[in-house]
Amino acid sequence: MYSHYEFVTGPFAWMAFLIFIFGSIYRFYSLYKLARKKDGAVFEYMDLKFALRSIGHWLTPFGSRSMKLNPSMTVVTFLFHISLFLVPIFVFGHVVLWKENFDISWFTLPNIVADIMTLIVICSCAFFLWRRIKLPEVRYLTTVGDYVILLIVAAPFITGFWAYHQFPGFAAITIIHIISGEIMLIAIPFTKLFHMFTFPFTRGYIGSEFGGIRMAKDW
Amino acid sequence: MNNLDKWDWDTGIKQVADLSAWQEQFSYIEEFRASPDGESVAAIVKNEEMEFTVCRQDFGNDEPETWENGYDKVWNLRFGPDGRLSALVSDVGEWTVCTDDEAWENGYDFVWNMTIAPQDGTVAVSTQKELAYCAVNNDVPWQNSFSRLTDMVISPDAKNTAAVVETIPVLEGEIFKFRKGCYSVAVNGTPWKENFMNAWDPVFSANSSSVAATVRTSYKDYYIAVDGKTWNTSFDSAWAPLFSPAGNSVTAPVKKDGKWYLAKDGDLIWNTPYAQLWHHIYSADGKRIAAIVAPEFGKWTISVDNAPWQVTFSEYVSDPVFSPDGTSVACVFKEKGKWGIAVDGKVWKDRFDMAYPPVFSNDGMSVAAKVEMGGFYHYVLNGEILDSRYKSVEPPLFSHDSSKIMIRGLQLNDWKRDVVAINRRRI
Amino acid sequence: MTESNTVTPVKEIDDKGILKGVEQLTPEKIESTILQVLKDETGAKLKVYVDTCVHCAMCSEGCHFFLSMDRDPKYSPAAKVKQTLWEIIKKKGKVSPEFIKNAAVVAFTQCNLCKRCAMYCPFGIDIAYVISVMRRICHKLGVVPLYIQDTAHSHSVSMNQMWVKDDEWIDTLMWQEEEAQEDIENLRIPLDKEGADIFYSVIGPEPKFRAQLIYQAAVIMNAAGENWTMPSMPGWDNSDMCMYIGDYEMMERLKKEHFECAANLRAKRIVMGECGHAFRSVYDMGNRALGWRMPPVEVVHAIEYYNELFENKKIKIKHKFDRPVTLHDPCNIVRGRGLHEMSRNVVRATCETFIEMTPNREHNYCCSAGGGVINCGPPFKNARVASGKEKAQQLLAAKAKGAEVVIAPCHNCHGGLEDIIHSFGVDMELKFLGDIIYEILDLPEKEE
Repeated sequence: MYSHYEFVTGPFAWMAFLIFIFGSIYRFYSLYKLARKKDGAVFEYMDLKFALRSIGHWLTPFGSRSMKLNPSMTVVTFLFHISLFLVPIFVFGHVVLWKENFDISWFTLPNIVADIMTLIVICSCAFFLWRRIKLPEVRYLTTVGDYVILLIVAAPFITGFWAYHQFPGFAAITIIHIISGEIMLIAIPFTKLFHMFTFPFTRGYIGSEFGGIRMAKDW
Repeated sequence: MNNLDKWDWDTGIKQVADLSAWQEQFSYIEEFRASPDGESVAAIVKNEEMEFTVCRQDFGNDEPETWENGYDKVWNLRFGPDGRLSALVSDVGEWTVCTDDEAWENGYDFVWNMTIAPQDGTVAVSTQKELAYCAVNNDVPWQNSFSRLTDMVISPDAKNTAAVVETIPVLEGEIFKFRKGCYSVAVNGTPWKENFMNAWDPVFSANSSSVAATVRTSYKDYYIAVDGKTWNTSFDSAWAPLFSPAGNSVTAPVKKDGKWYLAKDGDLIWNTPYAQLWHHIYSADGKRIAAIVAPEFGKWTISVDNAPWQVTFSEYVSDPVFSPDGTSVACVFKEKGKWGIAVDGKVWKDRFDMAYPPVFSNDGMSVAAKVEMGGFYHYVLNGEILDSRYKSVEPPLFSHDSSKIMIRGLQLNDWKRDVVAINRRRI
Repeated sequence: MTESNTVTPVKEIDDKGILKGVEQLTPEKIESTILQVLKDETGAKLKVYVDTCVHCAMCSEGCHFFLSMDRDPKYSPAAKVKQTLWEIIKKKGKVSPEFIKNAAVVAFTQCNLCKRCAMYCPFGIDIAYVISVMRRICHKLGVVPLYIQDTAHSHSVSMNQMWVKDDEWIDTLMWQEEEAQEDIENLRIPLDKEGADIFYSVIGPEPKFRAQLIYQAAVIMNAAGENWTMPSMPGWDNSDMCMYIGDYEMMERLKKEHFECAANLRAKRIVMGECGHAFRSVYDMGNRALGWRMPPVEVVHAIEYYNELFENKKIKIKHKFDRPVTLHDPCNIVRGRGLHEMSRNVVRATCETFIEMTPNREHNYCCSAGGGVINCGPPFKNARVASGKEKAQQLLAAKAKGAEVVIAPCHNCHGGLEDIIHSFGVDMELKFLGDIIYEILDLPEKEE
């Protein structure tokens, strides 16, 4: 077990982070190059002010009509994304690892908060799963990949929760937790999870178009 | 050619007409036109019987002279290079051309696209009679007529006309028939043997013996066709072709993989990919070519022999023109909603509400253009705005020796002609 | 099962353009055409859009097809992408003629390219753009609904939408000029007047079917004392069905002709009639395709122009229009140019009672006719009108509040709303803003 732990927190972790970082950079760079070559006009219309205006509206809960029409989705999405982002970075157990390995540390979430946020992520994933199965318009669009991604996202949180609460078999689950977290990192540049990076650009572009050229709101 | 030399080039003002007298006489007057030599002014008016007719006043005549004939409608009044005045007129539903108050013998259900040959003032028109379409050159109609005719042009020697015609009549909805090709170019009424999906922009060679046009044979294949024969290479798109003034080679802007190039007889001669390239022009000797280009999206300039100017404009570039010796190029541009003139990549300092095509003097030392500022028209000469302002003005004309410029325009109610000596320097 | 799991077979269609077009396809031709379009003509934009979509279906609420078709998932915007580009990209172009047939029906007749869904997608994915790529592929394959294809052919031959011949155009202008002289003595529709402040351009159907609109415009221009002109030569038509079928080379030719026609006459700006798609063509797609960031000659839509007339008090009215009105917001000039407040200004300046439809402004529902859908003609009329159900309910709600007249400042919207009004028993009168202004315009007494 020990060597497994060593491996997943050592070389595999390094690999996961490197793939995540360089994979994302590569993805970005290739998209940028392609855009320069094929969509030169896009750059002409990008406008920081209107991009931020649009992003601002869409990062505000209920800041768009779309969000108002789907209140449950809005609440879940916001809580989900906030938790998804904060927990892995600020949970005590992770910060300790950074401290031990690199002697750097930062603010940590109180355990009870992290616990609740973890549950939020898990429940949100369940909600998304429910949407995918139950709502015809979502089901129609859903692919196997969408379920796999949901699993990739939910897994580190389920296993983390399990490990933290030391439910039966938590030692093995800890390993799985680490692996699943690393899988998620690796998956980001190569799957739909990359939307976390493209969001500012797609939103910013349509915001620029609507704001600067079309002189209309886009929310 | 007009007789530039024979005109009165003595400096000074000639009052051609006091238009207040016209206004008293006529209840209806359209836009004024000036003759090339500036000694006459004319307009479409309504006579006492409330018929449309044409009124003209020549320098030295105190009274305007109205055409004897009145019509149900007169439009498209223009002076030819020889000073003759032509218009399209209709009487009891029949249309024809009238030059200096003399109507053509043949009448039509409609005539339009009056084209005056710059050489000798020959008039050609597109006509329709009982839904049959043909071109008519100097009152002589084509032998053949067609179900549709567009883009009529007259040859440099004024002896020939060409137009895009529908060779196989297409009814609305016949999309598959259309795709097989139902259009061609007819020269003097005889269509090329080849049919195309579309043909546009026919143009005659300098010696008037050949015609080139842009055609497409499918949605994806655009060609330049010369006398009916297409280039060997097809392109994604192509703009209007042009014959070299020397020889019979043809050039055209062509699009390939989303970028524009200049091609000659099917081969790319400007290999730089441009976001846009159009309206190329030749120097008089045919040795140089200039074109309006966009080196990048949203940036416009002039490229001379594939070397774009450093300066670019964000909104619009038009009317490129070579100096007679082919060493300089001038154009109109628009930037931030205002218009300006640029010569050889150098930008004149002033901006205008509107700028008209620049004109070079014969020696290439001077450039002048008509511009509009604050509701009045001025001339700009070598970058300097001339003082006098006009309610209406014709394009500038340089004397043959390039030492003088003629202004033909309307000040207050006076239509006048002013010949001014100029400093021969380029700014 | 190949791609058929994503193809929901459309009801048998009766459109020769598509059916005969599909007959002429081979798998090789499909693949090479698709790869050419994807490789040469699309880039990061399409890739990012397709990769970023997380299949959340939030766009559904943005689509009047989806809402009108009782939330049938096939009509959700992303579902239309699924039935077209996703599959094509996944299969790298190896799709069947049957797939192309379905994709053509979806792309041409089940999306108005109204861009409303872009406002409902959290990522702001421009699905209209993706659908346009599909149309482009269909165009290159020669699989385009017959009616709109014919219109595009008309554009290519006559530079206008309606096969109007050069002489017919001029003749119509002269005829309308004569008619309008009944209202104003010596009124002119000045042809080819150089240096005018306004170059007035219209769409092909105006001279063909609605010549009185030219007459009305002439009366308004004259009453306002404008220095204006209309061209006698091709370039007068600002409409553009080539844009909607994906024949971008022709779109470029049309827009070049239009802008150069105005520029060569040295007009300061182009004022255009009440049309939406033409505005999209001159303000968004056509100018960009030619390399112009913005239109090279300023383009002023009729709404903006009328607003200017009232703001600058250039025309006088006898009295306000006294029947209660509601206002339709056309997508191409509202989501396309934010003219919704100006149109309301004009309505308030001209009408006594104004009743809003909801949702409105940027969120208004499309008339279901836009994006070239109405131009696909009778074979698709029933489906088109059915997808206007949501619009019909909006109209009925406004009617319940007392509205008797619908103002729609767009030709396509007129066509679409007319059908909706008839089919759903809405029973309201339909007008252009120009109709209202003309009706109440205070003209100087004509000397007899």
